[in-house]
Amino acid sequence: MMNGKLRKQIGAIATWVLTFILMVIICVPGLWVVLTAFRPNGEVLAKPPVWIPENPSLNNFAKIFGFGADQVAIPVPAYFANSLIIALTSTAIALLIGMSGGYAFARYRFRFKNGLFLGLMLSRTVPGIALSLPIFMIWSRIGLIDAKLGLIIVYVALNVPFTIWLIDGFFRQIPKEMSEAAQVDGCTRWQAFWKIEFPLAKSGIASAGIFAFLTSWNEYALASNLTRSTDSKTLPVGLMDFTAQFTIDWAGMSAMAVIIIIPALILTFLVQKHLIAGLTFGGVKG
Amino acid sequence: MAEITLNNVIKRYGKVEVVHGIDLDIAHNEFVVLVGPSGCGKSTTLRMIAGLEDISDGTVSIGPGVVNDLPPRKRNISMVFQNYALYPHMSVRENLGFGLKIAKQDEATITARVNEAADILGLDELLERTPAELSGGQRQRVAMGRAIVRHPEAFLFDEPLSNLDAKLRVQMRTEIKKLHQKVKTTVVYVTHDQVEAMTLADRIVVMKDGHIEQVGTPMEVFNHPVNTFVASFIGSPPMNLLPATIRGTEVVFTDGKSLPVPTRLADRVRDGQEVIFGLRPDDLTPVGHGIAESGDSARLTLDVVLSEPLGTETILYTSIAGLEAQGKMFGPRDVTPGETLEFDIAMDRAHLFDAATGNSVRSD
Repeated sequence: MMNGKLRKQIGAIATWVLTFILMVIICVPGLWVVLTAFRPNGEVLAKPPVWIPENPSLNNFAKIFGFGADQVAIPVPAYFANSLIIALTSTAIALLIGMSGGYAFARYRFRFKNGLFLGLMLSRTVPGIALSLPIFMIWSRIGLIDAKLGLIIVYVALNVPFTIWLIDGFFRQIPKEMSEAAQVDGCTRWQAFWKIEFPLAKSGIASAGIFAFLTSWNEYALASNLTRSTDSKTLPVGLMDFTAQFTIDWAGMSAMAVIIIIPALILTFLVQKHLIAGLTFGGVKG
Repeated sequence: MAEITLNNVIKRYGKVEVVHGIDLDIAHNEFVVLVGPSGCGKSTTLRMIAGLEDISDGTVSIGPGVVNDLPPRKRNISMVFQNYALYPHMSVRENLGFGLKIAKQDEATITARVNEAADILGLDELLERTPAELSGGQRQRVAMGRAIVRHPEAFLFDEPLSNLDAKLRVQMRTEIKKLHQKVKTTVVYVTHDQVEAMTLADRIVVMKDGHIEQVGTPMEVFNHPVNTFVASFIGSPPMNLLPATIRGTEVVFTDGKSLPVPTRLADRVRDGQEVIFGLRPDDLTPVGHGIAESGDSARLTLDVVLSEPLGTETILYTSIAGLEAQGKMFGPRDVTPGETLEFDIAMDRAHLFDAATGNSVRSD
């Protein structure tokens, strides 16, 4: 009796320790970036490493916004605005297409349906970077280099297969009788979708939205090819502004990285409720 | 007034035709049950009436007008689905009132109608719960409540009881019948369960492979099946069907045993005709253990292979001409397998079907 209880406790402790180690592996690099954002550049490369900043300050943030003497200002507000516009617009479009496409794949029968779906999924197997040269050449011909629209189109294309796939799965879980019952109850097809199916798939759509937003927000490789100036450069591309020919301003870069992380965190917290609702949806079915 | 008329209704999926020209008139306030094995087209037919499935050919009318091109919401019908299809993100009250809210009824009317429906179905206590918090039977009742609040012209039921356990199914069956007696409305009810069909229907429509085999009251369909399919599908245990040949005034089975041709059918058969002799287990009873005296009875001596006591009656498995035949013993005593008994055969309730067509010799 005692033995079993003890074994259970040891098991619980082992699980906890393992989880802790895993979380440390995942979190320490991020934590290091955040800590570095608050320390002077000199401390970054110190040996032995200094973990907790000795004199934490907001100097790095002040510097990148152009306050203080020793640093050329980085156009963070412009980059931030670009990132926000590009990520939000491409996410909205990807969600709209994902919802229509996902709904169509889940509910309608049409020619070449399976082939089309497979094609969408296969398009994800091509690494985005492999397409950067062709995209660059086409975009330069039609004048989409260094334009927000150019990046938005690329990100929509990148995200749509995924949003369709994810949202299709959620609509599939909703019995089609729900929509039929609503139609018999007096709804148009659109009302049935909007009042019944959409609320039930909301958590799936929210998840798809987060993934699409984070993909666009964090994407670096394609953006670095297709952007040139403050007209279109996004925050991840802006990070490279901290590298000069012989020096890298690690502290400034970290401060900027923190600025990049914050909106993503806020968004995830805001939508988290729906993600959890998505997990408990099964209990409501039937 | 809502009679429902189906006129040569056909359903095709691509090139495959699954419902082959159905004609059916359903009277105002009538309870009609479409019954048949799975894949017979009964649900498709119901869904065409509801407007959830396109009609490939023919017309469906509800009330005075053809509704072929009307969407479900304009047909003024309501439907109960096999899996209930309750809206999981709404409370029972919102589920019930949803149709009225969509129809832009004012709050007071919605509340009154929802309460009325809840009253009829005993849902008063459950109004604030969500579907997830209800048992199967309660969900079933909410689904019916959602159907009645709108005071539709007709109710359509698509196998509404098949997700319930046996006991609850019997209970809900009674409730559906009571409900129909309370709110007199035209009902079209689909099931594969012939007991549901018999107990609920004013008229039964027996379907098979996209065709209507027979339409009639439960007693008509039971007592006068038009063919072997209906004969074997309606009634439990099913009717015994035994191949035989007409020799003069005798029905001769393949093993040489014979019975006289039922008197009422004597002029409907000809000498040498290959037939199938149909007899319900209720009409094959050990002497002294029948239900009713038959004016035209015959006797056979048969060996009992197996007996299944049910309390008020015992089902006896025996064999005629090498084929299994079931009989019943009313007011039963213990029967041991291998026992030989003399059976009364109620010839005035026996059936003869043409062996080639399967049709009853009465109906050709």
